[in-house]
Amino acid sequence: MRAYAGMFRMKFIAGLQYRAAAWAGISTQFVWGFALIMLYQAFYRSSSAALPMEWGQLVSYIWLQQAFLALIMLWSQDGDLLSQITNGQVAYELCRPYDLFGLWYFRLLAGRLSSVLLRFVPVIVIAMMIPSPYRLVLPPDLGAFGLFVLSIAFSSFLVVAISMFIYILTFITLSSVGARLAVGVLSDFLMGALIPIPLMPDWLQRILDWLPFRYIADLPLRLYSGNIVGADAFRQIAVQMVWLLLLLLAGKLWFNRVLRNVVVQGG
Amino acid sequence: MIYFKYVKMALKSLAQYRLSLLLTTIGQLAATALAFLSMWLLFDRFGTLDGYSFGEVALTFCVTLTAFAFTECFFRGFDTFSHMIRQGTFDRVLLRPRGTVLQVIGSTVEFSRLGRLAVSVTMLLWAIGNSGFEWTILKGVALMLMLISGVFIFAGVFILGATVCFWTMDGLEFINIFTDGAREFASYPLTIYAKRVTQFFTFIIPYGCINYLPLTYITGRSDNPLYALTPLFGIAFIIPCFLLWRWGVRHYLSTGN
Repeated sequence: MRAYAGMFRMKFIAGLQYRAAAWAGISTQFVWGFALIMLYQAFYRSSSAALPMEWGQLVSYIWLQQAFLALIMLWSQDGDLLSQITNGQVAYELCRPYDLFGLWYFRLLAGRLSSVLLRFVPVIVIAMMIPSPYRLVLPPDLGAFGLFVLSIAFSSFLVVAISMFIYILTFITLSSVGARLAVGVLSDFLMGALIPIPLMPDWLQRILDWLPFRYIADLPLRLYSGNIVGADAFRQIAVQMVWLLLLLLAGKLWFNRVLRNVVVQGG
Repeated sequence: MIYFKYVKMALKSLAQYRLSLLLTTIGQLAATALAFLSMWLLFDRFGTLDGYSFGEVALTFCVTLTAFAFTECFFRGFDTFSHMIRQGTFDRVLLRPRGTVLQVIGSTVEFSRLGRLAVSVTMLLWAIGNSGFEWTILKGVALMLMLISGVFIFAGVFILGATVCFWTMDGLEFINIFTDGAREFASYPLTIYAKRVTQFFTFIIPYGCINYLPLTYITGRSDNPLYALTPLFGIAFIIPCFLLWRWGVRHYLSTGN
C-alpha cells in the first residue's frame, strides 16, 4: 500500500509542474465552452417544445464538462507508459516486486487529478462571474452539491478503470494509436461530451444507460444542476459503483493474463 | 512536380505500418461520422436552428469539414512545424534550393486523415443530394469556390500558426482555437452566434466567405449572384499569411543543434 501511495505522490507532484500547458488548456476550453453555449442558445431560441433540460442546467453541464475535461476525457493518456509498452522498456516495470495493475492504476489516477487540479478552478470561477445567459449557476441545494462531489470522485476512479483497458489493448496490438483513438472517439459520444445525453432521443438514452460511459461525465454533471434528483440519484450512483467494481475486477484479471503472455519488444 | 515526389515518399513510409494506419483511419472515420450524427440528433430534438433547416446546416457542416480534412491531409506540415524548429531541421530546409513553403508542406503528408476526407466527401455528396435546393450552374460554381476557398483559409491559418513559431520556438497550443475551434464555429451558419463572433470570423479570419455569405445565394435566400463569388475573398486571405511567413523566415534564428 505504501508503494501505491508513493507512486501517487510522485506522479501527482510531477503533474503539478505543467502550468504553462494548463493555461493553454484553460483558454482553449473557454472558447469551446462559449462556442457550444452560443450554438445551444440558437437551438433553444428556435424551439418552442418542452425541453428535457432547462437553460441553466445545460449551461452548467457545458461549463463543468470543460472544467473537468482533463479528468473525464479518455483520449488523454499517459504517453510515457504507452511508449514503454511498445518499445520494450516495460521489462523494467515487470521486474518490480509490486502488483503492476495497482501501481499503474494509482499512477494514472495521480496524473489525472494533478492535471484537473491545475485547470478546474479558473474555469469555474470565471464561468461564475460572466454575465447571465452564459453564467454557471450554483447547484439548487447543498444536497445536489454533495451528490455531485461524491459522484465526480467515483468518476475519476471509473475513468482510470476504463483507461486500463487501453493499456491492455496496447500490450496486445503493440500500437497505442489505434486503441487510444478508438476508445477516445467512441467514449466521447457515449459519455455525452459531443452533445448532452438528455438532449438525445429516448431510445438512445436507454441504450446509454446500460453502458458505463455516461456514469463518467453525464451523471455527476446532472446531479450538480438538479437534473437528476431523489431516489433516482442514489440509484444511479449505486450503478456507478457497480460499474467501477466490475471494470476493476475484469481489468485486473485480463491485465494479469496479458502479462503472462507478454513478449518484450526490442533489446 | 516535386510535391508529388514528397507525397509518394510519405505513402511508402506509411506502408510499413499497415495495422496502425488501418486503426487510425477507422478512428478518424468514426470521429467524423459521430460529429455529423450529433448534429442530426440535435435537429431531431429541436427541429430547426434559428430558421435554418437541417439540409442547409448539413451543407455548411460538410463544406467546412471537407475543406478542413483536405487541408489537414496535405498542409499538416505547418501544423507540426514547431517540431521542425525545435529540432533544428528547418536549417536544412533553408539550405536547399527550393521554396520553404513547398518543403514544409512536403515534410508531412497525413494519409491517416484520408479516412476523414473520404467520409467528409461522402457526407457532402449526400448533403447536396438531400438539400432540397434547386441547383444551377452558378450554385455549383459557388459550392466549388467554397471548398477551394475553405482550403486556402485553413491553410492560411496553419501558416500563421507556424509563423508564430519563429519567435516562440514552440508551438502555441492556443492556435488550436483558430484551427480546431474555428472549424467548430464555422460548421454552423455564423449568423447564429453573437454579433461580435460573426464579425470576427468575417472580417479578421474570413470564414464568412465560405459560410453564410455564399450560402445565402445557394439556399435561395438572396438572388444576388455576387454572393456566389464571395469565396474569392477567402482565397485572398492566403496572401497576407504568405507575406507574414516570408517575413518570419527572414527573422528566423536557429535553435542550434
